Formats: sequence, C-alpha cells, structure tokens
Amino acid sequence: MARETAEEPGSAETAKVKRQRKEKTKENKTRTVHANILYEKAKGEENPNRLYADNKIKTTKYTLLSFLPKNLFEQFHRFANVYFVFIALLNFVPVVKAFQPELALAPVVFILSVTAIKDLWEDYRRHRSDKEINHMDCLVYGRVERRYVEQYWKDVRVGDFIRLRCNEILPADVLLLSSSDPDRLAHIETATLDGETNLKQRQVLRCFYDLDCDFDPMKYRSTIECEKPNNDLNRFRGYIIHRNGRRDALYKENLLLRGCTIRNTEEAVGIVIYAGHETKAMLNNNGPRYKRSKLERQMNVDVFWCVIILLVMCLFTAVGHGLWMFQYGDKRPVFDVLSPEGTDLSPIMSATYLFLTMIIVFQVLIPISLFVSIEIVKICQVYFIHQDMDLYDEETDSHLQCRALNITEDLGQMQYIFSDKTGTLTENKMVFRRCTVAGVEYSHDANAKRLAMYQEVDSEEEECTSHGGTLPRRDSVSSQQSARVVLRSHSTKSHRRTGSRAEAKRASILSKHTAFSSPMEKDITPDPQLLDKVNECSSQMDFMRFHSQPMSTLPSELSDVIDFFIALTICNTVVVSSPNQPRQKVRVRFELKSPVKTIEDFIKRFTPSRLTSSGSNNSSSSSLITSRSSNRGGCSSFLSSPSADSTLTKLDEEQRGPPGSLEQAFSPVQPPPPPPCYDGKASSLEEGELRYEAESPDEAALVYAARAYKCSLVGRLPDQVTVELPHLGKLSFELLHTLGFDSTRKRMSVVVRHPLTDQITVYTKGADSAIMDLIKPPDTGNSKGKRQKKIVSRTQNYLNLYAADGLRTLCIAKKILSKEQYACWLQHHLQAETAIQGREELLFESALRLETNLQLLGATGIEDRLQDGVPETIESLRKAGLQIWVLTGDKQETAVNVAYACKLLDPEEEILTLNADSQEACALLLEESLHYIQVKFLCSSSSPSADPATSAQAFHTDYAPPFELYHPSHSSSSSSSSYAPPFTVHRLGLVIDGRTLAYALDKSLEEKFLLVARSCRAVLCCRSTPLQKSMVVKLVRNKLKVMTLAIGDGANDVSMIQVADVGVGISGQEGMQAVMASDFALPRFSYLQKLLLVHGHWCYSRLANMILFFFYKNAMFVALIFWYQFYCGFSGSAMIDQWYLIFFNLMFSAFPQLITGTLDKDVSAETLQQLPQLYMNGQNSEEYKPYMFWMNMMDAFYQSLVCFFIPYFAYADSDVDLFTWGTPITTLALFTILVHLGIETKTWTWMNWLSITFSISLFFTVALCYNASCPTCYSPSNPYWTVQRLLQDPLFYLLCVLTPLAALLPRYFYRACQGTLFPSPVQVGRRLDKLPAETRRNILSLGRVKVGSPPPPALSPKTPFLSVNKPSPPGCNTSKEQRSFPSPRSHTHKQGQSSPAQGPTDSDKGLSDPYTSAPSDIDTLPYTKDAPKLSGEKSKDSACPDQTLEASELSLSSWITSTPLLTQTDSVQINLPPDGHSACVTYSRSTEDRPERSLHTAL
Amino acid sequence: MMASSYNAKEEDGHIAAASTHGGAPGVVKSKKPDNTAFKQQRLPAWQPILTAGTVLPAFFVIGLIFIPIGIGLFVSSNNIKEFEIDYTGVDINNPCYSCAKNFSWNNTTPCLCSLPFTLEQPFESNVFMYYGLSNFYQNHRRYVKSRDDSQLNGDRSALKSPSKECEPYRTSEGAPIAPCGAIANSLFNDTLELYHIDINGTRNEIPLVKKGIAWWTDKHVKFRNPGGNDNLTVAFQGTSKPVNWRKPVTELDPADPDNNGFINEDFIVWMRTAALPTFRKLYRIIQKKPNTTPTLPSGKYVLEITYNYPVLSFDGRKRMILSTISWMGGKNPFLGIAYITVGSICFFLGVVLLIIHHKYDTRNTSADIPS
Repeated sequence: MARETAEEPGSAETAKVKRQRKEKTKENKTRTVHANILYEKAKGEENPNRLYADNKIKTTKYTLLSFLPKNLFEQFHRFANVYFVFIALLNFVPVVKAFQPELALAPVVFILSVTAIKDLWEDYRRHRSDKEINHMDCLVYGRVERRYVEQYWKDVRVGDFIRLRCNEILPADVLLLSSSDPDRLAHIETATLDGETNLKQRQVLRCFYDLDCDFDPMKYRSTIECEKPNNDLNRFRGYIIHRNGRRDALYKENLLLRGCTIRNTEEAVGIVIYAGHETKAMLNNNGPRYKRSKLERQMNVDVFWCVIILLVMCLFTAVGHGLWMFQYGDKRPVFDVLSPEGTDLSPIMSATYLFLTMIIVFQVLIPISLFVSIEIVKICQVYFIHQDMDLYDEETDSHLQCRALNITEDLGQMQYIFSDKTGTLTENKMVFRRCTVAGVEYSHDANAKRLAMYQEVDSEEEECTSHGGTLPRRDSVSSQQSARVVLRSHSTKSHRRTGSRAEAKRASILSKHTAFSSPMEKDITPDPQLLDKVNECSSQMDFMRFHSQPMSTLPSELSDVIDFFIALTICNTVVVSSPNQPRQKVRVRFELKSPVKTIEDFIKRFTPSRLTSSGSNNSSSSSLITSRSSNRGGCSSFLSSPSADSTLTKLDEEQRGPPGSLEQAFSPVQPPPPPPCYDGKASSLEEGELRYEAESPDEAALVYAARAYKCSLVGRLPDQVTVELPHLGKLSFELLHTLGFDSTRKRMSVVVRHPLTDQITVYTKGADSAIMDLIKPPDTGNSKGKRQKKIVSRTQNYLNLYAADGLRTLCIAKKILSKEQYACWLQHHLQAETAIQGREELLFESALRLETNLQLLGATGIEDRLQDGVPETIESLRKAGLQIWVLTGDKQETAVNVAYACKLLDPEEEILTLNADSQEACALLLEESLHYIQVKFLCSSSSPSADPATSAQAFHTDYAPPFELYHPSHSSSSSSSSYAPPFTVHRLGLVIDGRTLAYALDKSLEEKFLLVARSCRAVLCCRSTPLQKSMVVKLVRNKLKVMTLAIGDGANDVSMIQVADVGVGISGQEGMQAVMASDFALPRFSYLQKLLLVHGHWCYSRLANMILFFFYKNAMFVALIFWYQFYCGFSGSAMIDQWYLIFFNLMFSAFPQLITGTLDKDVSAETLQQLPQLYMNGQNSEEYKPYMFWMNMMDAFYQSLVCFFIPYFAYADSDVDLFTWGTPITTLALFTILVHLGIETKTWTWMNWLSITFSISLFFTVALCYNASCPTCYSPSNPYWTVQRLLQDPLFYLLCVLTPLAALLPRYFYRACQGTLFPSPVQVGRRLDKLPAETRRNILSLGRVKVGSPPPPALSPKTPFLSVNKPSPPGCNTSKEQRSFPSPRSHTHKQGQSSPAQGPTDSDKGLSDPYTSAPSDIDTLPYTKDAPKLSGEKSKDSACPDQTLEASELSLSSWITSTPLLTQTDSVQINLPPDGHSACVTYSRSTEDRPERSLHTAL
Repeated sequence: MMASSYNAKEEDGHIAAASTHGGAPGVVKSKKPDNTAFKQQRLPAWQPILTAGTVLPAFFVIGLIFIPIGIGLFVSSNNIKEFEIDYTGVDINNPCYSCAKNFSWNNTTPCLCSLPFTLEQPFESNVFMYYGLSNFYQNHRRYVKSRDDSQLNGDRSALKSPSKECEPYRTSEGAPIAPCGAIANSLFNDTLELYHIDINGTRNEIPLVKKGIAWWTDKHVKFRNPGGNDNLTVAFQGTSKPVNWRKPVTELDPADPDNNGFINEDFIVWMRTAALPTFRKLYRIIQKKPNTTPTLPSGKYVLEITYNYPVLSFDGRKRMILSTISWMGGKNPFLGIAYITVGSICFFLGVVLLIIHHKYDTRNTSADIPS
C-alpha cells in the first residue's frame, strides 16, 4: 500500500504527539502499532508509527500548484477535447491557417476553463469540509500533561490513546482498551457507515477486560500487530503482544471504526490503529460512479457519423480546389495568391493543405459545446428531480438522491425492472399478525382490524403529506425525540466523512428514530382469548411459586403459552434502552455474572437455584456506575490474568451487595417481594418508555408482540435477560448461551436457566422448515405424545395458512435439558469455543447438536406490509411496458403470496413453477414449459371452444389471452444480429427457486431459461442469493440487449444494483449499502413510478431532442460555408466572419436550446402518470432513432440551402462585399435555428421567450459593438460598420422575414400533418393536456374506470351479453362497456367477444385488473383511425350516458383508451393466438361490418 | 430549501406544521423541496400543438401577406432601369478584342477602345455606373487576407513594415509596398468614359462623379493617408508601388488631394472584396440634372475604355453597367418572385391542410373547443 509510507507534511505541527524510538521492523503484511506515549523524548524518526498516515484527511484532488496541469491532463482524457485542441493548434500552421489562431483557441479555452472552474469549485468544497473535519476536537492522552488533552482530529496519530465520551464521533479506527461500561462493552452506532441505526456492541480487549480500574496509558507496554489497512468493514485480525510475550488475538469486535458514534457508554479509551485515509471508513468511500447512458452511446455513434461527414466534405472541397487550380494551368490568376514564400503551389499540394484548412473551417460540425451543454442540462435535470416534492418523503425527511449525474435519461428507457422484495416492495416493517400456540390458533382479529385501519390512516396521511402536512401519529414520537435531537445535533456535522452531506443528514435524521419501532409495529392489539390464558397461566404460576409447588403441575397448554411468550421475549438479541436517556442501556442488574466460561464455573454456579425478583436492587445504571467507580477508587493495579475474574466478581459482590440480597440470591424459594410497579398500569407506563433495538425487524416485532401480552423484555445483559410477566413481576433468566442466527441453520437458540423451574431450557426460534424437522417425534403411546402430535400437525396446518396469507412464519420451540445433558453438551461446546482452528464450524456443529428433539410451542405469522402504492406502481409500470422481475431471498410461498398481493402475479394467470433438483431436471422442465407455452399460446388453434360454458371454464383454469403484444425495442436497441423474432408476453407467471435458478443460469440452459422467462409476464425468483440476483440481471442485460433497472434496499442487492444499467437503492431501514452502490436512491418504491414515468420520460425526451437539435444546428451552419465553397474556388473562404463562426455555437444560439433542453415538457406530469403507455416512447427510443439523425441532417442541408441561396440570388451580381453578404446569412441562420427550436419546443414558458429574445439581442449587440469597435483590427474581415449599414437596408429585413419561413416550411408542414394524420402517443397525451382540467379529469377517470372505481350509473350496461353470462359485478362490466362505448362496432362485437371468455374473466377479476383490458384494447386498435368518426355517430344517437361529457370528450377518451399506444399495431394482429377466445376476437375484427355474424359465431 | 423560504401562497398552513414536527423548529432544516412553480416544473406555459387545424390559419396568413409584398417588390424592381455591356473583347468583333489579346501588365502604352451602345429608354434620377467582373474570385481565402488594414489606416509603422499577411506582395526591391497585398496589387485599373452622341453626332462627355462611391466610413475612418493628406510623396517616401501598378499610390488622383493615396475612392471600392465571383463595383455616379431632362436620355452612347485590366487569362469578363436604384437597391426581380412563390406555396399548403383537417381532424377541433 502506497499510503503506508506517506508522511503528511502537516504532521509537523503535531505538537505534543510523540513519534520516537527505533525498531524498524516493518513487515510487509502487517502493521505494528506501538503506543506513542513511549517515545516522547526521542526523535521523531524513531517512532515506529511515524510511517503511518496521520489522521488528517485530504479528499481534494488538487493542490494550488498541481491544479492546472492535473486538471488539464484529466480533461484531455476526453477525446473531444483533444480533437478541439488539435484543431486550434492546427491554426498556428501558416499554410493551413483558417482563422486567427488566438481566436480559434478561444472556444476550447472557454470549454476547458468552464470545466476547470467547476472542478475547482468542487475541490474547494471538499477542501472546506475536510478542514472542518480535520479541526474537530477529541481527547488525546498527552504524556507531558499526564492526562487527556483536547486535540484536533488531524493531529491524532497512530498509536495515540484517545478517550471517547458518549455521543462522540470516532476520529479514527480505534482498538478498544477500556470502557466505563461494567460489561466492558462500548456501544456504537454505525449509521454513517452502513446506515444501520441499531446499536452494536464492541468489546474491550480480553486481556484488558479484567482490569477494574481506569486504564492508565502510562502503563501500557504492549505492541499490536494487525493487518494492513483494508476496506473490509467486517474484518479485523491481529494480535496484541504483551510485554511478557503473551499474545492475544484481536477481532473486529474490538475495533471501533472511524465515523461511528459512541452511544450508551460514558467513556471509552482506545489506541488508534488506523488513521486518516487508512481508516476503513475512508477506504470504503468511493467516488461517484461514471456510467454512460444509452442515449450517449447512441449519440457517440452519430458523432462518429459527423466526423465522417466532415471528412467527406473536406475531401470534396479539397478535390474541388485541386480541380479549380488545375483549370488555370500555369497561368495563375491575380486572385490566386502565391504562398508567402512566393513559390507556386501545385494543385495537389494546395488541395492537401486545403483539406486541413477545411477541417478547421468545418470543425463546428463536431459540436464543441454539445458535451458541455449535455452536462449542464443533466445537472439541471438532476436538480429538478431533487426538487420534486412528490419524491420527497416526509416521514424520513429525505428526498430522492441522484448519485450518478449522467444517466438521468436512461430512466426514460428502461425495459426490465429487477426488484428485491423485502424492504423494497414491502415496508420491512414487520408486524405481528397472528400466532398459534400449542395447536390453537389465535386469529388476532382486532389486530387485523388495527392494521387495516393503519392502512386507511396511511392513505389519508398520504394526502396530508402531499400538502406538506404533519402526521398526527407522529406527534408522540416527536416529543420523545426532542431531547435526543439536542443531544445529537453536534454529531450530525461530522457525518459527511463517509458520504455526501445529503446522506449524512439523512442518516442523522434517520437515527432519530429507533429502528423498527413505528407505532404500527409497536402497538399490537392482543387477542383476548390468548391474553386471558396468559393471565391465567401467570397467576397460576404466581400462586404455585408462592406455594412452592413444582411448576410441572401446570396444565401443559398453559405452560406452553407462557413458554411461548418467554421464548418470544428472550430468544433474540434485542437491546433495551430508554428514550429519556438516549440509548442509555437500561440496567436491571441483579448480580454480576458472565456467561459460563468453564466447567468449574458451571459447577460452581449451578448450585441451588436462585430466584430473583425486581424488588431489592433494580438499581438504575447510573447508580450502578457510580457505585462501581467508587469501588474503583483505590484500585490502580493492572490486572490481566483471566483467573482474576471470579475473585474479582466475588469481591465485588461482597462489597456491593447488601447481605439481604445475597441471601435472596441463594435461597431456593423467595416470597414475592412487593414489586413497586406491580400492577399493570404502572408497569405499562414504565414499559411504554422502553425502546427495543433489534438487529432484524422480525425480532422487534416479536418482542413487541410479547409485550402486548404483558411479557415484556425489560433488560438484557450478556449473561442475563430480565422479563416482566404479569403477576410474576420481573424475572431474570440466566442466559447461558446464545446461539446466534445464521442462514444455514435458519434458526437461533438461547440457553437459559428458567428462574421458576430452575431447568436449563433451550428456546429456539426459526423458519418452519428448519424447526419442523427438529421436532422430537412424539411418542404416540401416551396422551402427551398424542397431544404433541396433534399440535405439530395443527401447527403445520396453520403455518400453511399463514404462508398462503403472505405472512412470514416463524416456529417457536423449546427443549428442556437435564443437567447431565447440558454438562455433556457444554463440554463439547466449550471445546469448540476455545478451538483455534475451524472454530466457526465447530460452533455450528455444536449448535446442531443442541437443537434437536425440540418440543413445538407454536408459530407466529408476521406480516411484512406492502409499501404504500406498490400494487398501483407495479400496475402502472407494467402498463408502461416494463417487465418486472422480483428477485428475493424469501421462500417460495411467501414470495408468491407477496407477489399476488402486489399484483405482480394475477390470480387469473397461470403460474409456471420451476423447481428442479438437478441440471437435467431443470433442462427438462424448461423444455417442457417452452413447449407448453408454444402449444398454449401459439398453435392451439385446434380447440375452438364450441361451448361458451366450457370455454369460460377453460379460461378460468389455465387459459389466458395473450397479454401484451408489445415487444420491447429490439428494433432499436439491438441492431446486432442477435435480433430475435418478436416474442409475445403471455399471461403467465414464472416462479423459480434459487436452486433451479442456479441450474438455469448455467451456460447450456440460460438461453432456454430466457426464452421461457421472457414470454412470461411476471418472473419471480425466490431463495436467490445476491450473486444469482446479479447473474440474472447480467444475463438479461447482455442477452436480450435491454435496459435494466435494479432496485433494492439491502446489502444483498448491492451486486444486482451494480450490474444493472441503472441501480436504484431504497433508503429504507436496512442500511445504506444499497444506497451507496446505487445511482439513484429513493425513499420509497412507489416513487419509482414518478421517477421513471415522469422524470425519466422528460429527461430522455429533452436530452434526445436537444442532441438531435445540436446535430442539426451545427450541420446547418457548417453547410452554409460548404455551399459557399462552390463560389469561392473551393479556397476555404468563409463569408461568415470568424467571430460569428466561432461564437455562434457558444453564445448566440446556446441559451434557448439549454432552456428547452432543461424545461421542455412534452406531456404534463399528470398525464404521464395516468397514461403510463407513454413511457414506451422512451423504451423504443422514439425520440432519437438512427434515421432521425439522418432526417435532421437532410433537413439541415435543405435549410442551409435555403439560407444560402436566397441571399445568394438576392445579392447576385451586386456590389455587395464578402462580409456584408455574410452577415445577413449568419443572421438568417440564427433566426432559422431559433424558429426551428421554437417548432420543436412543446411548452413555452417565459424562460423560453426570454432566452430567445436574449439570444437575438445578444447577437445584434455583439455584432454592433464588434462592428463599431475598431476600424483596423479583426483582420481579415475587418467588418467595420457592416451591421450598421445592413440595418439601414430594407433588403436585409425582407430577407429576414422570407428566409426562415421558407427554410422551415417543410418541417412545419410535416409537423402539422403528423399531428393530425399519425400523431404519436406523446402527441395524444399533449392534446389531453390541452383540455381544461375538469374535462381531462373526466376523461382520465373514464379511463380509470377500469381500475375499479364505481362507474357512473348511467353507464351501466344494457347489453344482452350480461344475460348470457354469469352475473358479473357491475364495476367490471360497465368498465368494459364504457371502454367500448364510443364505438358502435365494438358495441356488438364486444358482446361476441366477451361473452364466452371475457365476461367471466371480468367478473372474477372484480377489481382493477389492467390486463383484462389489454386484449380488448388491442383488438380495437386497428380501427383507431376511424374510431372517432364512429364515435361521433355513436355519441349522437346513443343515449349519452354522462351528460357532463360532451361527445368530443368521449370520443377523445375512447381514442385514448383504444389508441394505438402500442405502436406496432400490426404485430398485434399477427400474434393473436387463434384459439377459441381470441378467434372470436379476430373474427369480430374481420367482420367489422357484419356485427351480427360475429355475435353469432361467438355464441 | 428551508421551510421558511416557502412560497407564501402555497399552503403555508401546512408548512408551519411541517417544520415543527421535525423536532426542533427552526433548528432542524427540513429538506422538503420548495413548492414553487419553477422548482416543481409547473411554470405557466403556452403549449402549442401542431395539427392541421391549429397551423392552418398561419399558412393562409403568410400566403396573404407574402403575395402582395412579392408583387410590390417585383414591380419596384422592374421599374429600375439597367443597362449592361460586356467589353472584355472575347469576340473578334468586339472593338476591344485587340486590346484584350495583346495584353501584358507591363505595357506602358495604354490600349484604348471605344464601344458604342444605345439606350432604349431614358434613365431618370441618379444613374450609377458600375464595372462588373465575372469569374474573378475576389473572395479567395488567401486573396481576402492579403491586405494590411493598419497600413491602409495610415499607420506609419505598418507603412514601413507591412503585415505578414501581405506576402508575397509585402516588399518589392527591398522597399515595403504601399499599399501591400494581393488585393491592392490587382487593383482594377481600366478607365471608363461615357459619351452621349446626340442627334447631330457630336459626342458630349457625360460628367462622371468619382467621389461618394465608397462607404462613408471607409473613406473617413478605415482608410487614411499616413501623415494626413498633405504632401503624400513625403509620406510615402521609402515605399514602393505594388508590382502590377503603373503609377505609385500617390498618383491615383493627383488632381484631388482628398481622393489621392489610400483614400482614393476607386481604390477603397476595390479593397472591399466582393462576395461572389461575379460582381460589380460602383465606378462613377452620373448625377441627376437639376432640370427635368433625364440624366441619361435615350439614344446613342459611346463607352471609351482605357483597357488596362487583363481578365482573359482566367476566363473572366468585364462589363460596364448603368443602373438606377430604388429603395431596395439595384434591379433584382428575385426577391419579389421568391416572396410570391413562398406565399403561393403557403397558400397551397394551407388548402392541403384544410382538406386534411376536414377529413381527419374533426375530433381535434372539437377537442380544442372544449365545451
């Protein structure tokens, strides 16, 4: 690592800091850290730590000196810049020189300096923020002062001891040596690193663990060997070598990372291991990513074409010049000036020179300002996206972040969306829904109602939010938070070290909320029945305890209930904190006990059982700490032997505990002490203020659920969990082991000693699949066994039910260990724990050994609610032609259910499920499904349904009309040979699990898999690993050549996000990794709709139009000079003054197009969202197709011909001089270009007018000033007083009126015709915009009727087909009817078409399925052209249903709903499957004029 | 970005609430974007939709405006009288044939030829006399550059050492050329004289005014003699004449010090390089007579040419043009025709659009006129 040796010059000021002593053993693989304190007096060179980077950070790229060369060097990486500089330098060669060299340099210098200034400003900002961070304070131990002194962060060196106080931010990566926490823990919050807001525990180094007094840096003599700096946040390895030669290993649990915040710990001391740029946080801090958008790639192709056109033009001119010279032979005419040396040039030489000259003259064809303009426009677009109120989430006070600045327009061209499920589609707010205990289901109806109510509240709030209102239910939260805000306000500043400011702010605001603690998650309404049981049970237990009866007499059902809740409460890693003392650990400590470490310890401790209760010493943490520190007073010895542990503990106990408590602790049965807050009210008050910090939302949900049943977790220590139970008061469970959750075991267990029964109990919680296999096979012999069996089978039933409801299921089980069993297991376990090699595997095996023969207690169903608006978003995204794939790690059932819930899958459609065990099976499955699809949808013509009933039946079961016949833009995106025949997307869902996916992604099968997958409407990959996710995205992206978007929120989505063309991160609850990796970060999934449909569309169409316009503009301008070459002997002369020529692009014509490129809206945001079909415009690259470039070029050449030849003929054979003639041409070109832009501008705001006025006045002002300024300068044109004279010439004005008009006549005419004859979907949308708001709303609501809103009663159908069919809910049928309403033809043919198939479909659909409408829409497509006419008649003679709607609006609405928004209308017809239902559709089409017959046939 | 900077008219009630719930009002900035029309991209805008129906009127209006303008232009151009005569001498019958044939730049004896012509119509008001050159590429890139504006502006240092742009016409025999450069070197040096032959056959020389033919700004600002107009020989001492010139710059018009040297108007006119290879340059003005008689009555005329300027080597042509002018300059029917054409096309396209509109566009009109 290069940095290792980098010594910052600024470190010289590190005043009191010490870097002394020799020992230059510098290994390559590790770093050795000594305490700086040891080297105080020696010279700096002798400190072994001096070679490590200090804590001063410098994120700037440049220094004052290096700025110019370095920045220029970077800019010259861009090819265009090199090209322009080359051309500018070419001007310095006298033979080929075309312009004044200095002038020709101007645009390049301008462009370069604009970029340089931008870079400089960015660098300055970085510098300022660096400075701010570098000058933050922290406490460093000074040798001279013998205490901790304040120092700037930048002065902290590796090897320093620093003291950290609560809520302080870590200035560097620090090895924790001491903590004021009695458990030797320090809690840190890592929100700035990974966004996780829950506290993480860090442990004091084992060898310093035993130290029970203040850590004294002066006594520290050890050396630390650790790995070199790396960016792995989750790894730290090394060892500490004590003076006596003993080595202790270091783990990541000992390391505090820079940027984290100390919480809950009053004081901690550590030694700096990595500083400054070598900290893990800094090494993780990557700059923004650079991606190239599709549009830009396309543009580059056309830039390349421009180069070719340029070369052709130059070559043409050069050859022309050669011939022109050749015709004069040896007699040189007077106007053919000899070269400066007076020598004659041969025509060939002359032509060669001219070629170079022409490159200079025509250089404008490669638009120098294009690249800069695009950047400017993109920055503005990003700004506007940032500013969008609709993308702002009030709840988290966050808005969308664009992390990649240059791919905004890609958002408008997406074709495939790959989405994560949990946290992306769902809220990742786990809400306890229902549970089953001992085979009895508690449905929690009230809870369900409560959740339903939340939904309503949510939707109301949604409205409030959109008006910037406050959320009523947050008031309670905010009052709790206010204290915290103050405490944290100082900490927010420093967050930007790891990310952008915006992120830091966001993170800090996020951290105000405790994770997973929204009221919805917290307030669980208990099931009364179950609550009764809990009460009953606990009172019985209380009674029994009081009467010293053995607990086993408890009825097994009741004991199961209480065990179930105890398991929910303690089988987790939730940390309890109280909000008043922010993140102050709530300590209800009864005795000091560490987890069982040794067998002796075990034997020693497993003496008679203890029963503790809350009464005597539920001292608060602060009192505890004070007592502790008072104890410490005299102690200053440095203890590091592990054996001291127990003695110390005992000592401590004796010293501290009053004798009563000691007795209490060892007496087998205790009378229940009068608990001060015994009754429910008081305790609930107290509990209400507890906060649970969970690592996963499920855990929090379960703890909150248990709390609703009065089983609340009130404290957690490493060795003990305290639970408050009704009647029983606080019970503390001795926590013997925690076997943490891992994804292979899919479960976690805790081993506790039950305080009431004194049994060693294992509580296990895990996925049903994992637990069910471990259940002890019930002994069917006795009643208990039978009951067990019954419980298991019932629970399994309920589990299936839960899964079908889309709930996440967890099974709870327990196991009672006898002491012997435990001792036996413990022995192995301790061996495993102390093993040096393969510790993880051994621990894993040990856990497996323990988790067997479990007794099932029950199961829980947790709901992961869908985020607001997810189904609607998915629906409209799909309407927009986007294919949505969901890739989730969840299990199949849950995933499928959520997919149904979010309308990804449709109950109507068939689902192909691919579950294979082997490669061959997978191949076979794929083959079969492929065949199946073909048979089903392409060649099943053989079965025309004769009987409507059966056909309806058939439709029900397995039969769906082709869904959407639009094939994503293969035509545009893949010009390559891999062009596949248009494929249809059927109404099929594909579900594939991770294992099968692994087989399917194999090289040999991927083609087939894709073939199957892309013909399905929805694809759901369950149980997929992060790697598989990214492989799927890569596969689709590379093979189908489509634009892909990946959206996710967790670390497991990062690889997928990085692979996709556009990665979107949800800045949700699961941390920041996804956001860090993403190009765009959204607060909610539903914002994707507006981001893509509106901003994506706008960005794309704006940029595409601007690029096209740029090409046009430059070609048009350059062509003027080209035509002139025919009249100046191909000499490279230009009639346009070089000033105009060079500044035309840069100044005169630049602003209007920037304004248009930034602000133009082809369709309003509302319409874009309501007509998602308009998105296909971008998918198919409709705005910028390759032919459009050429069309624009042709138009440019035509316009330049007009602009050249009208002045040419107007001034032919007159006494006009070169520049008096050229200036009008420039003016005309400017006017033409501006009016052209005007034609292409869709919305004219005052900014557009202003910019155009500004452009014109700028041109004339500059021209007037320039022409009046100096009579002798500006050789050769010397345009003195030219413009002034021109302005007096009426001819000039006549030209100015005529020429732009004549030049733009064809385009204007074409646009008008196109707008009428074949309007693009976008134009339809614009027309819709034009309508007054009310009418538009009416029409769109008409269009929305099919989304399930009740139709106006007048529209209810009176058609016969209703009577033929099953009665259908009026909503659907009317909607159907309404859609077809304006067309009389459809009136009848719809009957035929809908009667067998469509009707039932609709009736079953009930609500809002957009896809039902798809076929009917499609089959009306071919008639769109005449639909209006028909609709006119219709609205005349039919009873106009809605009187508020005039015929015109209706017709328009019909036209919109049935308009060929799918551009490939023809393929629609071709692809219609000739099966029964659609045969009828086809038929009705072909018999347009004979509706009776079609009806006939269909019936 | 702060909540306080909210647009007051937009629901401020909510904003106050929004800023407070964040925890500490006024301290914690809400990141909520401003609800302004600009930031939310809701600026009021005019959204023209181009369809046959909407565009239709524009076409008709353009047609209706352009056609009369065109007719007016055409008529006024036709009222301009213009006479043109080629005196290059390509044709053997041309009186200037021999002069054209036996030409060399270094001829000391001027070749004279006279060309009779007849004006069919009398020329009223001021008549402008032009010489026209064809196939003369005064706009050639290297030719255009080949001048030194500072020198022509009377700058003494530039007089002594002309700009490099003048190469290879910068120095001659060691002395700097004044005026330097190819443009000056190729100065048109034919002399044209016009005689009216009245009914008796007597030749009356028509007075030709040689001042006022150059731009005022050129004559008075751009071109200046070094050291003023007095004693040009002293001022130009140490310079040599351009290679092709017969006499030095000081003798361009010895009679009139205000028209001599660099401020000679014939020279100034030549120095303004023409835009196209076929061009004319103003040579003389025939002033309107105070009485009612036409400036140039119809009848016979003779053009006396001192043939100095060779054009045949590059296949050029020389012409003499007499023309009156109108407010829009010389005779050029093109603009009138162009206006009429464009106007008619617009009108025609308007009709086409009308048809399209009636056939296909009914729904748009109804949509555009919302009820």
